[in-house]
Amino acid sequence: MTALLQSLEPLVATLRAEGYTVVGPRERDGAIVLDVIDSAAQLPSGWGVQTGPGVYRLRRRGDRAVFGHSAGPQAWKRFLHPPRERLWSADRRPDGSFTVTEPDDPPPRYAFLGVRACDLRAIAIQDRVLGASAGYAARRRAAFIVAVNCTEPSPTCFCVSAGAGPGVAAGDAGADLVLTELAEPGDAEPGYVVDAHSPAGGRVLARLPQTPAPPDVVAAARAAVAAATDHMGRSLPEVDLRAMLAASLDSPHWADVAARCLTCANCTLVCPTCFCTSVTDTTDLTGDHAERWQAWASCFEVEFSYLHGGSVRTSASSRYRQWLTHKLGTWHDQFGQSGCVGCGRCIAWCPAGIDLTAEVRALASAGAEP
Amino acid sequence: MTPRPYRVVHRHEETADTVTLRLAPVGDALAAWSPGQFTMVYAFGVGEIPVSISGGSGPVIEHTVRAVGAVSRAIANAPVGTVLGLRGPFGRGWPDLPPEGDVIVLAGGIGLAPLRPVILAGLDDPGRLSVLIGARTPADLIFTAEYDRWRAAGARVLVTVDRATAAWAGPVGVVTTLLSQVPIASGDATPPPTGYVCGPEIMMRLGAEALVAAGVPPHRVWVSLERNMRCGIALCGHCQLGPILVCRDGPVVDAGSAARLLQHQEL
Repeated sequence: MTALLQSLEPLVATLRAEGYTVVGPRERDGAIVLDVIDSAAQLPSGWGVQTGPGVYRLRRRGDRAVFGHSAGPQAWKRFLHPPRERLWSADRRPDGSFTVTEPDDPPPRYAFLGVRACDLRAIAIQDRVLGASAGYAARRRAAFIVAVNCTEPSPTCFCVSAGAGPGVAAGDAGADLVLTELAEPGDAEPGYVVDAHSPAGGRVLARLPQTPAPPDVVAAARAAVAAATDHMGRSLPEVDLRAMLAASLDSPHWADVAARCLTCANCTLVCPTCFCTSVTDTTDLTGDHAERWQAWASCFEVEFSYLHGGSVRTSASSRYRQWLTHKLGTWHDQFGQSGCVGCGRCIAWCPAGIDLTAEVRALASAGAEP
Repeated sequence: MTPRPYRVVHRHEETADTVTLRLAPVGDALAAWSPGQFTMVYAFGVGEIPVSISGGSGPVIEHTVRAVGAVSRAIANAPVGTVLGLRGPFGRGWPDLPPEGDVIVLAGGIGLAPLRPVILAGLDDPGRLSVLIGARTPADLIFTAEYDRWRAAGARVLVTVDRATAAWAGPVGVVTTLLSQVPIASGDATPPPTGYVCGPEIMMRLGAEALVAAGVPPHRVWVSLERNMRCGIALCGHCQLGPILVCRDGPVVDAGSAARLLQHQEL
């Protein structure tokens, strides 16, 4: 049954009482970031964003919506797949052998508040890629997800053509509760149409003060999500991207992108599905205690493809090609689906304003020429 | 996935910079390996590198390591008694030897290491086995003490070097030149031959092409690819090579797949 919530405060309080660390959007340093909240009052009420290639600015909205902003610089992967993580430590024994100890702390129990359809898909993609990692799997199992249907996409968004949004479909895995925010100028606080998408979501919802959502409100919520479908700022070309990219590996267009790309790796850091990591082995000063730390890595690093004698991908064009062809093409070969959800982060946070959708379009049209 | 302690129980110096280590588990052994697979070898506190399995039996694993960087140097210099860590075995190795048909092993430099288990298995039916070995100089040849044993068992073992030194009386030239000395039975009336190739990337490309030109069907030529394998279990992304993750989908692939992947520079 679809319910109507007048406030998110009881939801935050209930999740906290259930032992969850609630993480949601907050306004900080001129951006909407993801961080721990202990009250719904910390959500970015009345903040929107303006985005474009290489552009991200906060703007004031005419209402008090807390989810009236599109994807920010961070993705939920920073909690499920942390930027830095100790994998194990090892201690040398007197006989020269060693004992390896894995961290046995219970995983953090996160409740994510405000996961958009694009990011929900991104979590499902990382589930498939990283599911064999014990640490990732434990954090993922422990997480509670409050998704939110997107009603205000940005000019950099293309989730519709990526097949990921803007609404959370009934068959989309991962969400426990799904909200649609209804904010009108002049309202003291927005209202939230909410559905439970899992038994755990149902149990939490049952504890919240609510009223049945009137049919006209439910219809208005649906209409707002449907309208968002028509407000995508961008789209992917309607070609078989996997085949097109596989046929474009020697395209001169890679050099064209490389003339603009700084190989800074911003796109891979903000991407909600990029998962690559490197490890560092260290010891303390005695040399008898060692640790292995894992940290995010990027295919834009020269040393990423290092073999004895030198790296495989030294040119900027080969590294951009690796990123784009993997994201949209060979991800299918490796993991059975695309690695792109259309969130547009890589476009907004590219300091050179490189637009993935435009580059793909250029490759597609170059390939289509006789 | 954490490293299991393995102790160095024997060292054999192959060349000035290459050593074969025999490693025995201190506690639990890894799962059984097959020829062509690799393990991740950890030097305590220094780092971890992928190394192909060059031999061993039961719980004992042999690794042949060339000192080219900080980690491989620490491993190659490990005295008997040193405890290293192993994870694995990982990857898809060489397909089993076919029941019949000629077998040609083409090795360049330390590329002979992952082929040694194939050669040892091939000695069960040595009359059909040809082992063609190339190295930069005579001093860079590995497993030299075994060549005569393989010959004595009945295999054809041919060795060439790129650059001869004073004591070298053998052939000089790239390893593919040896193929002309190998009669390869092919055609509808005979079981098809099979080729196994490992060495530097350019050597594998040319070697696979030469085997095909000599009559080995492309889908029966196998090469072992090398990329930056770090985790071994398809989680870290470093060993991407187009559609494949080398640690999971390789390192051994058929020559046709390899040719498609290696034709694009810096893929």
